[in-house]
Amino acid sequence: MSPFKYLDHTADMCVQGIGTSVEEAFCEAARAVFNLMVDLDRVVPETRIQVSVGASSLELLLVEWLDALIGQKDLSRMVFCRFGVDIVTSNNGFRLEGEGWGEELNPVWHRAKLEVKGVSYAGLHVSKGKEGWIAQCVVDV
Amino acid sequence: MTEQYMLERVGQAEWFVPATGEMRVPGRIFADCGTIEQLKADIEEGKEWNALRQVCQVACLPGIVTASLALPDVHPGYGFPIGGVAAFDLDSGVVVVGGVGFDINCGVRTLRTPLTEESVVDCKEELAEQLFCDIPAGLGSEGKLRLSVEEIDQVLVKGARFVVERGYGLEEDLEYIEEGGQLPGADPGTVSAVAKQRQFRQVGTLGSGNHYLEVQVVEEVFDQKAAGIYGLRKGEVVISIHTGSRALGHQIGQDYLKEMAKATKKYNLSVQARELACAPIKSDEGERYLAAVACGGNCAFANRQVITHLVRSSFARVCGIPPASVRTVYDIGHNNVKLEHHCVDGKERAVLIHRKGATRAFGPGREESPVSYRSVGHPILVGGTMGTASYIMRGTEVGMKKAFGSGIHGAGRALSRRKAAKRYWGEDVRSSLKDKGIILRAHSVRGIAEEAPGAYKDIEQVVKAATEAGINRPVVRLRPLIVIKG
Repeated sequence: MSPFKYLDHTADMCVQGIGTSVEEAFCEAARAVFNLMVDLDRVVPETRIQVSVGASSLELLLVEWLDALIGQKDLSRMVFCRFGVDIVTSNNGFRLEGEGWGEELNPVWHRAKLEVKGVSYAGLHVSKGKEGWIAQCVVDV
Repeated sequence: MTEQYMLERVGQAEWFVPATGEMRVPGRIFADCGTIEQLKADIEEGKEWNALRQVCQVACLPGIVTASLALPDVHPGYGFPIGGVAAFDLDSGVVVVGGVGFDINCGVRTLRTPLTEESVVDCKEELAEQLFCDIPAGLGSEGKLRLSVEEIDQVLVKGARFVVERGYGLEEDLEYIEEGGQLPGADPGTVSAVAKQRQFRQVGTLGSGNHYLEVQVVEEVFDQKAAGIYGLRKGEVVISIHTGSRALGHQIGQDYLKEMAKATKKYNLSVQARELACAPIKSDEGERYLAAVACGGNCAFANRQVITHLVRSSFARVCGIPPASVRTVYDIGHNNVKLEHHCVDGKERAVLIHRKGATRAFGPGREESPVSYRSVGHPILVGGTMGTASYIMRGTEVGMKKAFGSGIHGAGRALSRRKAAKRYWGEDVRSSLKDKGIILRAHSVRGIAEEAPGAYKDIEQVVKAATEAGINRPVVRLRPLIVIKG
């Protein structure tokens, strides 16, 4: 089972993270997003950033999680290769406490590819199926 | 069960989709037979994202006026199709984030030079290298203009004017930018701090993906009068810059997509897909979004203005021409929402027009066009592919009546990025362009493959369909000489 994959979308990219838990699927979806931007195996996980977001559903929580990480490539100039996530239910839905491990972007060394602009609601899908948990969405590139 | 959509051919390149089910208005698609067959095939194959369904879903939105439109470069977007146009009544209508997208006011600026193709033959390599060095492009690139929070706010309000006042360009440029390079109604208070912080280093950067800078030659003139008015002559060198509002626009789109999702529930709006999240135009959420979009649009104008300044310096250094001799032909966006006046059912009225992957294309006589262009209408800048051609077109009376004065924005993708990357190899693409005399400088080899000419529809067919539909008319065709990609 591949931990993440891409599904066809004519204009943009549909990313799908797969895991044995919803947390793992969220981490793989994040890896799928950063793999669009750089070569993941060239990123050294030397610095950690923390992400704390909440949403009323798991789908919207996925958008919040990926949005927070994508913003970091401009705010802190960081790209990430390793992620950790805890998801708990809250009064209003779900809360995610997460972390991303990576380093400052070096476009040449990291073999910069596409810039991911944002996370859409198209194809947005978090569920448990035969393959395990799936966390999927279309990102604008 | 396969979805069913009726498609009636009502013109050479015009198709009508009758309003059925929850559609409040019909759909109207301006396209050739090949595009229509592709739309039908996508439905039959049950593709999750298809543009025909999206045209019909937009037709279900509250307050939509006349029809949900799609132009010849139509392909699936999220919510709205790319190449989609929709107008909304100001009292009963909605504003839709997906009708603008994340790259607010992404668009094209074309500059003309006094140079001919022959005069740049010997310096083409040097010019490509200079442009590649001077124009920040690709993931992680940073602009040379560093701005404080207060200055970012001024960019959001004043757009291209702010950077011209800082010395990046000519006062004359502003006359040839849509809306004078400064969209009205911009309120920096509606833009999040994160959006502004993400933009600090990005003013004057090209980006990646389908964004580009091309040095082109006017290869063929189809409309001598309009070409003359635009200052375009066969054999002369022009430059086209395709980029948008960068990280600031992306974050505005993301922030308001979430806000609009809440508003859709709050106002109990019926939408066919979650990505069509919207708010009433006359609501706090709608008004705030429109003020934020104006900020994003102004940021895009400023971005293209700074790049224009950098291009002038590059040409001056390599070709020895005065920077001021490189003049703006026009600058027009293709991801916008605007308040405009149109004739609807025989009466002139104000409507809110969304154009997603479509430009404004006002025909002759409209006061929104620069004074010197008013007799023929303003140029429509149509980006092709890096191996084929781009076009400059103009609007028509027919387009004003049938398409709210809208124009095509490019070739439109035919292959997904994944399929293109599997089918093409970046270095092969570079080599085949070289054989055609086109120099390609790019920051990402994979990006070259994803943007291979074969990943797009045939620009000639798209332009032909827009022409046959009568909504746009070709003025000149541009052939690429140098391509700079992120």
